Amino acid sequence: MNSTVPMIDTGTSSQQLSNTATTAIELENVTKRFRTPNGQSYTALRTLSMSVAPGEFCAVVGPTGCGKSTTLGLISGLDRPSEGVVRVMGKPVQGIDPAIGYVFQSDAVFPWKNVLGNVAAGPLFRGQSKKKAMQQAREWIARVGLAGFEDRYPHQLSGGMRKRVALAQTFINEPQILLMDEPFSALDVQTRTLMEDELLNLWSSLKASVVFVTHDLEEAISLADRVFVLTAGPATVKGVYTIDLPRPRNVAEIRFEPRFVQLYQEIWEDLRSEVMISYERTKQRGGQ
Amino acid sequence: MQRIGNVINEPMTTPTDRGERLDTSAMRNQRILINVLRVLLLVIIIGGWELATRVGIIDPFFWGQPSGIWAQIVTWVAKGTALGPLWEQIGVTLEEAIIGFIIGVILGVIFGVVLGRNRFLADVLGPYIKAGNSIPRVVLGSIFVIGLGLGIQSKVALAVVLVFFIVFFNAFQGVREADRSLLANARILGANQLRVTTQVILPSALTWIIASLHTSFSFALVGAVVGEFLGSTEGLGLLIQNAQNTFNANGVFAAMAILAAVALLSELLITRLENSLIRWRPNTVSDVTF
Repeated sequence: MNSTVPMIDTGTSSQQLSNTATTAIELENVTKRFRTPNGQSYTALRTLSMSVAPGEFCAVVGPTGCGKSTTLGLISGLDRPSEGVVRVMGKPVQGIDPAIGYVFQSDAVFPWKNVLGNVAAGPLFRGQSKKKAMQQAREWIARVGLAGFEDRYPHQLSGGMRKRVALAQTFINEPQILLMDEPFSALDVQTRTLMEDELLNLWSSLKASVVFVTHDLEEAISLADRVFVLTAGPATVKGVYTIDLPRPRNVAEIRFEPRFVQLYQEIWEDLRSEVMISYERTKQRGGQ
Repeated sequence: MQRIGNVINEPMTTPTDRGERLDTSAMRNQRILINVLRVLLLVIIIGGWELATRVGIIDPFFWGQPSGIWAQIVTWVAKGTALGPLWEQIGVTLEEAIIGFIIGVILGVIFGVVLGRNRFLADVLGPYIKAGNSIPRVVLGSIFVIGLGLGIQSKVALAVVLVFFIVFFNAFQGVREADRSLLANARILGANQLRVTTQVILPSALTWIIASLHTSFSFALVGAVVGEFLGSTEGLGLLIQNAQNTFNANGVFAAMAILAAVALLSELLITRLENSLIRWRPNTVSDVTF
C-alpha cells in the first residue's frame, strides 16, 4: 500500500542543520509546577533543557504522564514556565506566536464546522479574506486527500479522516514551528502508518521545526532526526539520540532495517528504567 | 497539488446514512402495536371518565365530563367566551408568553456567556444568583401586578423571570463545559477573544441552550397564565379563573386542553429550530421527552 504513496526528495535535514546557526526552539532550565485541586504543588518538569534546530524533526519520548505534553504547552505559549526561559526563534515566548502550529492528541476539529470551514478557520481567524481563505482551504483539503468531502461534518468522517482535517487545518497556516502531541495515538496501526508517511511528506515541503511527542519509541525513531528521552516525572532530559537513518523514509518498512533495530535497542535501554519507575508509581498509587 | 495517501481504504459514513433506519417488518409491527396501544389508552381513559360520570361514580359538577368539556370548547369557538372571542384570549396569553420567552432567553444567554467566561464576575455574583434561583419566583407575580398593573407587562415580567434562570444556568454550564482542546486549538489557529467566544464558546454552549428552550417555553406559558390568575382583564388564565369562580369544571378543563395544544405546537416549533440550528450534531442521540 505504501508504494502508492508519492515520495518527495527533501534534501537531508543534516544539511539544513549546518546552514543555520540559531535554534528554532530552546528550553533553558525550565521548571513547571502545577497546583493540584487539593492545594498541593505538583512538579511536571524540572530543570529541563532542550533545543531544536530550524527544520529539524525532534521526537520526545518518555513514560506515560511524565510531562511530555507540558513541554508543548510551554513552547506554544498556552502555558508559562514556573522557572527558566522558553525561546522560539531566539525570542522569549510571550503569548501565542503565529508561527506555531499545534496538532492535538484529542480530536480538536470544530464539530460544528464542516471540513471546509475547519480548514479555512486559521486563515479566517488571521484576517484573510473569505474568498482567499476558501481557495487555500480547498487546495489543502485536496492535498491531504479529502477532495470531495468539503461539506461533511467531522462526525461523518472516520478517525483517520478527521486527523487529515486536523493536519490540513494546521498546515494551512504554514507554521515554522510544528508541535504535535501524540497526534496518531488514537488511530489503528495501518491508518497510523499511512498518516506518519503523510506527515513526513507534508513536513518536507514545509521545512518546519517539529516537536513530536509520543510514547511510542518506534514512531519516534521512524519519524525523527533526534529523539529526546525524558525521565519519569518530574521530567528532565535523560538522553538525546541522533537518528542517522536516511531520508526520504518509508515508515512501514524502515523498522526492519538493522540500523533501526540497533537504535531501538540502544534507546530502549535508556527508556526502560524510566518506564519501570513510572509503572511502579502507578501501581503504588493504585494500591493505596 | 498532489494527492497523498489512500482515502478509499478508510471507512466512512455518508450524510444519507443519517436519516435512514433499518425498517424490518418486525420493527414496523412493533410501531403499529405501539400506536394502537396509545389510542386504546386514550379511549379507555376518556371513555372511562365519561362512563363513570354517566353511571354516577364521578360527579360531573365537580370533576367535569369529557362530552361537557368538548361542548364547552365548541361553544367558545362558535360563540366566543364571556371575555370576548376565544382567539383573542389565546392570542393575548401567547403574546405574553412569547415576549417573555424571547426577553428571558436573550438575557439568560447574555448573562450565562458573560459569567461563564468571566470567573471573577461569576464569583462576585454567584451567591445572589443562587439566592434568586431559590426564591419561589411565582410569588414575584404579585409584585409585578402591583408595580406594572393589570396589563400585559406584569405577565411578561413574570415569564421573563421564570425563563431567565433556566436559560442562564444552561448557558453558563454550556460555556464552562466547552472543550479545552478546542479552545486551545482556536487560540493557536489565531482566534482573538471575541472570535473564541463567537466561534467556539457559543456553538458548544448552543446544545445546552437549545435543550433548555423546551422547558423554558412551558415556563413562559406558566408565567403568563399565573400572571393572569393574579390580576388581568383578558387571557386564558382569566378564562380559567372565571370558570373556577362559577364552578364550571368543564370550563377549567377546556381551557387546560387549549393550553396543552398551544404548548405542544410550540414544542414542535422549537424542535424544528433545534434541528436547523445544530445540523452538525450526530443524529444518534434521541430526545428524552416523548
